[in-house]
Amino acid sequence: MNSRAYHSVDGTYNFAYLDEQTKRMIRRTLLKAIAVPGYQVPFGGREMPMAYGWGTGGIQITASIIGRDDTLKVIDQGADDTTNAVSIRRFFRRVAGVQTTEETSKATLIQTRHRIPEKQLTEKQILVYQVPQPEPLWKLEPREVETRKLHAYSEYGLMHVKLYEDISRHGEIITTYDYPVEVNARHIMSPSPIPKFDNPKMAMMPALQLFGAGREKRIYAIPPYTRVRSLDFDDHPFKPQRFDKPCALCGAEEVFLDEVILDDKGDHMFVCSDSDHCRERRAAGHTGSRASDAADMGFVPTEGLN
Amino acid sequence: MTQNLLKLRVQNLHKTFTLHGRGGIELPVFQDVSFDVASGECVALVGSSGSGKSTLLRSLYANYLPSSGKILINHHGNWVDIASVEARTKLEIRRETIGYVSQFLRVIPRISSIDLVAEVAIAGGSPSEKAMEAAVGLLRRLNLPEHLWNVPPATFSGGEQQRVNIAMGLVRPYSILLLDEPTASLDAVNREAAIELILEAKKQGAAIVVICHDEIARDRLADRLFDVSQFKAAA
Amino acid sequence: MNALLEAQSVGHSYAGGQLGCEDVSFRLYPGEVLGVVGESGSGKSTLLGCLSGMIEPSQGSVRFDAGGQGLRDVFSLSEPERRLLMRTDWGIVRQNPRDGLRMNVSAGGNVGERLMAVGARNYTEIRGEALDWLTRVEIPSGRIDDLPRTFSGGMQQRVQIARILVSKPRLVFMDEPTGGLDVSVQARLLDLLRGLVRDLGVAAVVVTHDLAVVRLLSDRLMVMRQGRVVESGLTDQVLDDPQHPYSQLLVSSVLQA
Repeated sequence: MNSRAYHSVDGTYNFAYLDEQTKRMIRRTLLKAIAVPGYQVPFGGREMPMAYGWGTGGIQITASIIGRDDTLKVIDQGADDTTNAVSIRRFFRRVAGVQTTEETSKATLIQTRHRIPEKQLTEKQILVYQVPQPEPLWKLEPREVETRKLHAYSEYGLMHVKLYEDISRHGEIITTYDYPVEVNARHIMSPSPIPKFDNPKMAMMPALQLFGAGREKRIYAIPPYTRVRSLDFDDHPFKPQRFDKPCALCGAEEVFLDEVILDDKGDHMFVCSDSDHCRERRAAGHTGSRASDAADMGFVPTEGLN
Repeated sequence: MTQNLLKLRVQNLHKTFTLHGRGGIELPVFQDVSFDVASGECVALVGSSGSGKSTLLRSLYANYLPSSGKILINHHGNWVDIASVEARTKLEIRRETIGYVSQFLRVIPRISSIDLVAEVAIAGGSPSEKAMEAAVGLLRRLNLPEHLWNVPPATFSGGEQQRVNIAMGLVRPYSILLLDEPTASLDAVNREAAIELILEAKKQGAAIVVICHDEIARDRLADRLFDVSQFKAAA
Repeated sequence: MNALLEAQSVGHSYAGGQLGCEDVSFRLYPGEVLGVVGESGSGKSTLLGCLSGMIEPSQGSVRFDAGGQGLRDVFSLSEPERRLLMRTDWGIVRQNPRDGLRMNVSAGGNVGERLMAVGARNYTEIRGEALDWLTRVEIPSGRIDDLPRTFSGGMQQRVQIARILVSKPRLVFMDEPTGGLDVSVQARLLDLLRGLVRDLGVAAVVVTHDLAVVRLLSDRLMVMRQGRVVESGLTDQVLDDPQHPYSQLLVSSVLQA
């Protein structure tokens, strides 16, 4: 039996840092958010031991729903080994004592900044997004009193004005991340700064998707198997990004790639943004064009981090 | 056409101007004016200067408000008192029943003379090409040089403006026509053209009230004279 | 024919007892243009606010025939219904075009917004219609992608007008439409308004202190002073044969050019 029921590993914090009443408040907020897909629910955001801009919204959601039997994965721009991901993973190990993992398929709870994992998620998983600016209309209509009405009355002409402006200026919709979506044919939502490449993954996803904005104190959600449509015009339909080369390390195609600079002479390569996906493929024997070069230069994605 | 059908009945019309800015001075003009005009008939208002001819004519168009009395207009077969109906009906009467040719052309910036005339016909329900045709026909008959057709009349001479005015009044068949000095600024040739056009309208059944200093023109147009100065109001 | 807009004893006082306007009644029919003139403090701006759904009158009612189904009290509509009305069937041309335009959106985007607001989703068609309207208000087509802040005041005003007319409103409110513009620019704008109002059969309420504007644009006129209507009638009659002492004062005060 687990005797660490409501305490952190070192006993100084409540389990998962937040007090139980706060967790209840956030869970109520989550229920509301799930009941109205894409609608931004205000919540009483707490002071967290990291500054705004470092994922406090996502962390509060994770802290409210994580249980001792959960296995947590944290990624930042698709990678498990960046500062942000490492620090959040350590935080939860300390205050919740949960198992953590880098393997997407082993995680029950995934907190992410700015990417959706390449691997299909299942009904048993929950994806928690970190959101800097929850309001998709804020650039066009900074007044919150007004944007609340626009969402309430479904007055979304303004959102299309933004897309119109893009096309008139650049010939196409140039937004490549945080591309606005219409959820459940009702609310327009900011999917957080994920690349538009990831937008189609949100539609009819078997996993529950939760979004937390700490500074703005808003939570919203997409229940499993919900319609999600990226906004566009009939004659300028939504087009996800395409990469013309596969991953240089594992040869994966149809995945989002990051550019890695290799030296100061301009040598670079494109590799999977989703580090777990790349590792899994290489472990299964797939290689890419630069797999061996990368090893020579000392660039070896670290594995088995904790 | 229906001859002898009354189109206009003025009954006990009274007009006094009150100048509030001058301590309420009253300027009586006329009182108890009554007369009728039938279809195809032309009545000329005469009387010395200041007797109120223009005031009376303007009152018939609801441009001036009578102090009391009635101005009954045969509007689509019904008698309507243009002095007392609501604004909307007055506008309808002006659009459909009464045409007014004033002495002065109110210039609307940037509208060409041909368009000014055609617009009247279009407002009366005519399709644009027919309206344009009618406008062209009239301006031609009034000898307005073609190079002036596409020009706004602001810079026209008095006679040229007067001819545009006349065209605007005659381009569509009004059942009542009010003409204030229609030949005043015209030379002999153009005066003749104007008189002919007015006589044609008369023949088609228009009931006409005209003010005309030019006795020759007046004699050609009018069936009878109405002396307004007989109705001078007591001060 | 039914009235399009009906004001019944409309009155509004501001908090603190300050009178805006009082007991204003009239009926406006499709295609009619009603001018409201008065000097500062006459209540004409308050009246405009009440008529255009911006201020709920403290007395009386404003009724509008939305959708041709009979007159309905504008403030009995739900807020979304009223907001939809103000974006489609109505338009308000503001004195300062900066209040009526999105300054950080291109001219084309500004004009297309009302179309997108009611569901237009074809970029080419939206742009085509925006271009059509900009041409009708005499803005060169090459400026469709320019921001309004690069336009002169007169051009901004014309973009505002196009933005409103694109939804083919049946009723347009204008608040000092030529205020602040140079005289020659005013003349051009008035001429444009006159033509558009006539061609589209739009009904309008034009509030202004400038008698020349109402002379040109409106069929009917109301003169306001200290919150009340002192005279009303046909525009030419009120201006040529004013009855009320204040109307006479107003008309005689206008300097002749």
